[in-house]
Amino acid sequence: MDAETRVSTVGEALPHDSAEGHVSGAALYTDDLPEPRNLLHLAAGMSARAHARIKRIDLSAVTEAPGVVAVMTAADIPGANNYGAMAEDDPIFASDIVQYVGQPVFAVAAESVDQARRATTLARIDYEELPAILDAESAVKKNSFVLPTEKLARGNAADAIAAAKHRLSGQVALGGQDQFYLEGQIAMAIPLEADEMQVYSSTQYPGEVQQKVAHAIGTKAKDVVVECRRMGGGFGGKETQPALIACIAALMAHRTGRAAKLRLDRDTDMIMTGKRHDYSIAYNVGFDEQGVITGIDFDFASRCGMSADLSGPVNDRTMFHADNAYFLEQVNIVSHRCKTHTVSNTAFRGFGGPQGMFAIEYAMDDIARHLEKDPLDVRRANFYGIDERNETPYGQLVKDNVIHQIVDRLEDTADYRQRYQAIRDFNAKTPLQKRGIALTPVKFGISFTATHLNQAGALVHVYTDGTVRLNHGGTEMGQGLYIKVAQVVADELQIDLDRIKLTAADTSKVPNASATAASAGSDLNGKAAQAAARKIKKRLTRFACEHFSVAKGDIVYTRNQVRIGKQHLSFAELVHLAYMARVSLSATGFYKTPKIHYDRATFSGRPFFYYAYGAAVSEVIIDVLTGEHRLLRVDIVHDCGRSLNPAVDLGQIEGGFIQGYGWLTSEELWWNESGELMTHAPSTYKIPTCSDLPPDFRVEMLQSADNREKTIHRSKAVGEPPLMLSLSAFFALRDAVASVSNYRRSPDLQAPATPEAVLQAVTAQKAERAK
Amino acid sequence: MPETVRNTISFLLDDEEIQLHDVDPNRTVLQWLREDRQRTGTKEGCAEGDCGACAVVIAELDADGKNLRHRAVNSCIQFLPTLDGKQLITVENLQNKDGTLHPVQQAMVDEHGSQCGFCTPGFVMSMYALFETVDKPTRVEIDDALAGNLCRCTGYRPIISATQKMYELPKPASRHTATVAALRKLRIEGTVGVEANGRRYYAPSTLKELSELVQKNPAAHLLAGGTDVGLWVTKQHQELDSIIYVGAVAELQTVTKTKSHLELGAAVTFTDAMPVLNTLYPQLDELLRRFAGPPIRNAATIGGNIANGSPIGDSMPALIALDTILVLRRGDATRELALDEFYLAYQQTALAEGEFLERIRIPLPDPALQLCTYKISKRFDQDISAVCAAFAVRLDGDTVAGIRIAYGGVAAIPSRAPKCERVLTGAKWTEKTVLAATQALEQDFSPISDMRATDEYRMQVSKNLLLKFFYATTQSDPPVSVYSYGR
Repeated sequence: MDAETRVSTVGEALPHDSAEGHVSGAALYTDDLPEPRNLLHLAAGMSARAHARIKRIDLSAVTEAPGVVAVMTAADIPGANNYGAMAEDDPIFASDIVQYVGQPVFAVAAESVDQARRATTLARIDYEELPAILDAESAVKKNSFVLPTEKLARGNAADAIAAAKHRLSGQVALGGQDQFYLEGQIAMAIPLEADEMQVYSSTQYPGEVQQKVAHAIGTKAKDVVVECRRMGGGFGGKETQPALIACIAALMAHRTGRAAKLRLDRDTDMIMTGKRHDYSIAYNVGFDEQGVITGIDFDFASRCGMSADLSGPVNDRTMFHADNAYFLEQVNIVSHRCKTHTVSNTAFRGFGGPQGMFAIEYAMDDIARHLEKDPLDVRRANFYGIDERNETPYGQLVKDNVIHQIVDRLEDTADYRQRYQAIRDFNAKTPLQKRGIALTPVKFGISFTATHLNQAGALVHVYTDGTVRLNHGGTEMGQGLYIKVAQVVADELQIDLDRIKLTAADTSKVPNASATAASAGSDLNGKAAQAAARKIKKRLTRFACEHFSVAKGDIVYTRNQVRIGKQHLSFAELVHLAYMARVSLSATGFYKTPKIHYDRATFSGRPFFYYAYGAAVSEVIIDVLTGEHRLLRVDIVHDCGRSLNPAVDLGQIEGGFIQGYGWLTSEELWWNESGELMTHAPSTYKIPTCSDLPPDFRVEMLQSADNREKTIHRSKAVGEPPLMLSLSAFFALRDAVASVSNYRRSPDLQAPATPEAVLQAVTAQKAERAK
Repeated sequence: MPETVRNTISFLLDDEEIQLHDVDPNRTVLQWLREDRQRTGTKEGCAEGDCGACAVVIAELDADGKNLRHRAVNSCIQFLPTLDGKQLITVENLQNKDGTLHPVQQAMVDEHGSQCGFCTPGFVMSMYALFETVDKPTRVEIDDALAGNLCRCTGYRPIISATQKMYELPKPASRHTATVAALRKLRIEGTVGVEANGRRYYAPSTLKELSELVQKNPAAHLLAGGTDVGLWVTKQHQELDSIIYVGAVAELQTVTKTKSHLELGAAVTFTDAMPVLNTLYPQLDELLRRFAGPPIRNAATIGGNIANGSPIGDSMPALIALDTILVLRRGDATRELALDEFYLAYQQTALAEGEFLERIRIPLPDPALQLCTYKISKRFDQDISAVCAAFAVRLDGDTVAGIRIAYGGVAAIPSRAPKCERVLTGAKWTEKTVLAATQALEQDFSPISDMRATDEYRMQVSKNLLLKFFYATTQSDPPVSVYSYGR
């Protein structure tokens, strides 16, 4: 290979492929697509009760409302009344029993969006109320679970804790989080000839939408095509939930023979669709003089809502990440998957991992307070070793451990020790305001824990003018997957990016694609697209060898050119010659993640191909009288392997951090006693704004850190891991609160740490100080 | 209805003159753009003015009719007829004719300011409004300018960078002169009266016409910025059959200073009132900045905030503490009423049938009066208060000569704390008496628990804020707001 002339955009900080479309309004989202003739607009009527038997549904006033064309309930579904991802427990329309406030009961089709939405308010539904379980703790007491309780154990934690020099126990409530993608859930279904249904869906998982739509309308996968060019954000909220929206649209299109679009307004979206699981966490821990954990026992109870959805794998990941970056030799992790009469919780960036990490970090903090040590020293003392103390509770060896390297660097660049002391000096002198600091690590396992999902396909066409259409099973939700995969293909074919057209995820082009999730989008689709491009390139090379009578080694692809012996051809010229010689210029590519295996029954094996690492230091200040707080400075060192696109990856790190910061500080989901979610719009549910950004925000990617595994160009997944860097902000707040008792007591700080939660914890600290 | 009404509204969509007849007064600018004009660049994110995805820029002639004033507003809650006489600019209008991007757009591309891109058009328009109005904004000005726009992907850092960098790119040729001429040519004299789908909309241009219309149509809804009324339509699906828009009445837009008072017309927007209020009362700065993001402040009026009667409006505690007087009008008659007597019960005011709020009289600063205001909410920007408080004390040595304490969020109406005030009036201004006074707040208020806060927190923080005010007035170097660090 002629290295000097080879041009590569892999590793370049290129803008998002749609950046110009975004800033000019030209990028089309599902609701922006040209509307088909006679389009019907839909709205869903929802349950007003958390748990009740439907005695009677009277939709006569709905049917007679202006503009209404059709109304449908469960009875009108020709196929399966279910969109459940893993179990058949998610009805599209509730028929007999409603199980949460906001559950769809019927749908209306009208000539305008307004008419459809207004008409839903005219329904009369009589309910017979049934007892409702609204939170995880009540569910545990009543043995109400969506899935069996699971246990992951190694050694004998109970004995180890009993024998430990020091013992502590604690419990904490950790709130959920709404995805709050800016584009709400939406689907448009167009009935075509011979039972074909074309669906435009804002979805991370077109393949699942295709299957569920086919089941609902009583056709087969071959009859349904699902397409998604882009989403206005997903964050996990568009992994399983879009199937519900698309099924309703397709059912109505099937019933009326007219195209039908369902776009949820913000309130309906937040009330009707699932969120991050909130948890009730308890732990017992035994440790030595240095804070090294000798035994630990976790009890997790998560609120799954009314159905299983993805709660199984979400809670599994909580168990897998309850170690975070720490070696837990004797460990017992129990996970309850609670059934409640609230919306079914679902995937959200981190997928249960953040909650597991939160738990162990909470314990780390408590150990440090108990021993009067800097929490960083306790954390360090427990890190996984490089060649020893490196086996996870589920039996995977941690072979790519860079956490020591990251934390060494961060401790230095963030000036951690000096600031730690300065903050203590400040707090001693300042009664009304307190500062806090914390450094927390992240180790996050990359791969779907369901091994079969770790596969991907791509389809690459080369046209006779040398331009390329690129398609793969991955979806674009803003994370920059499309530009990354395009960079890979451009590199492979040695052509400029503007010769490659990036096309919508489409179930008719790449079949059976997994959800774009688990941070694995570019790992999987990058490899699949590379494989497809390589196939075509191989054919071109073989053709050129024959046509020009040269050896393979005499053919070099450079930027938009191919050197064949002493001749130079443009890429387009070679392609055209190949076409004339009847060489196939289209190829599929396929990839499956190697090395992974995992036995769900025993929770053992190697579920993860590799780990992504990072660490963050946050500093905060709190007002002791009000609990108000501000993030002052954040330093991050994060491991992206050899980044495919540092601009995209930086965006994931910063954006993930701030999203996690919102989860842990201001985003509070609040249900009333009747089980109604009262924070269902941005007026009441507060995600961070630009003034919440720390005034001093320093982000660094770990330098020269190739992925040990042969991932696409040795990069690492970056979608989810940075979210958990925000734990540092929460524990900095906890540090600030601890200062109120002169660090004598580990504060009972709940998440989200709203001003109210902080003041509550401060008040308890004051009581301790007064003792 | 006045004799001569105009049943057409005229405005510019960028440089295209639009004339609309039979406009449904409940139709929003966003619906018109997306559904009638297929201009889908502008997005709906929440339909309540809280996310900024739908932000557009409205340019209006200033009072002299010579210059343009560009302001971002939320098109999702702006009713279409309110565009009369204005220029509407959307994200599709910023590119130059040759296809090159506007500096705002180019900077967003260069700085990687978009990820999913759905919030981007709204950000671009808020940035464009800033670009047209402020030359080299500070970081605080940038934060404030973008406070009404939510982004869920980027974490904002690259958007802030883009907002700083956009000034470094070549400025496109100004088209303002042509726009000024085009706006002047729009025929927008007299009262607008449009009707469609059985719904009527009036936009009188004088106070006289307004008062006649209000008296003749006492059931009509008065519309100012629409930042609450808009939501009745977009979120509650109400149909407002009769609307009287006050935004075209020149007399309600005035800001004047008398010897004793600052007088604000009821339709003065927060954006216009803020600099004046800030100059007189710098203590209001943080509260005013936190009132809402610019797309709301640019539309919302002080009069609307007061007359709306919500228990959680942020302007009332401060204005009550300052002893603000309202001027109410019914026909030709006016009367004055102290703001703290205006609220009778939950969402019930002292306004009689056919009466409306005309002006707000705020006393000029008194050097002897010490004032502090506080807002408690989950988020710094654009959040509704759990508790809002204002304290104004006049000390005679260390004795309280007079004190006015007002709270929002702890009762059904914005209200003074009479028992607490009584404990303090005439007492020594010491930590001990203040602590005793905080106990009296329990007799003054019985706050509720809801999604913003529990009753316990509301009470505890109400007490602590009084204490905080005490420290602010007595400590030589009281701590600044935690929110001000790094700003």
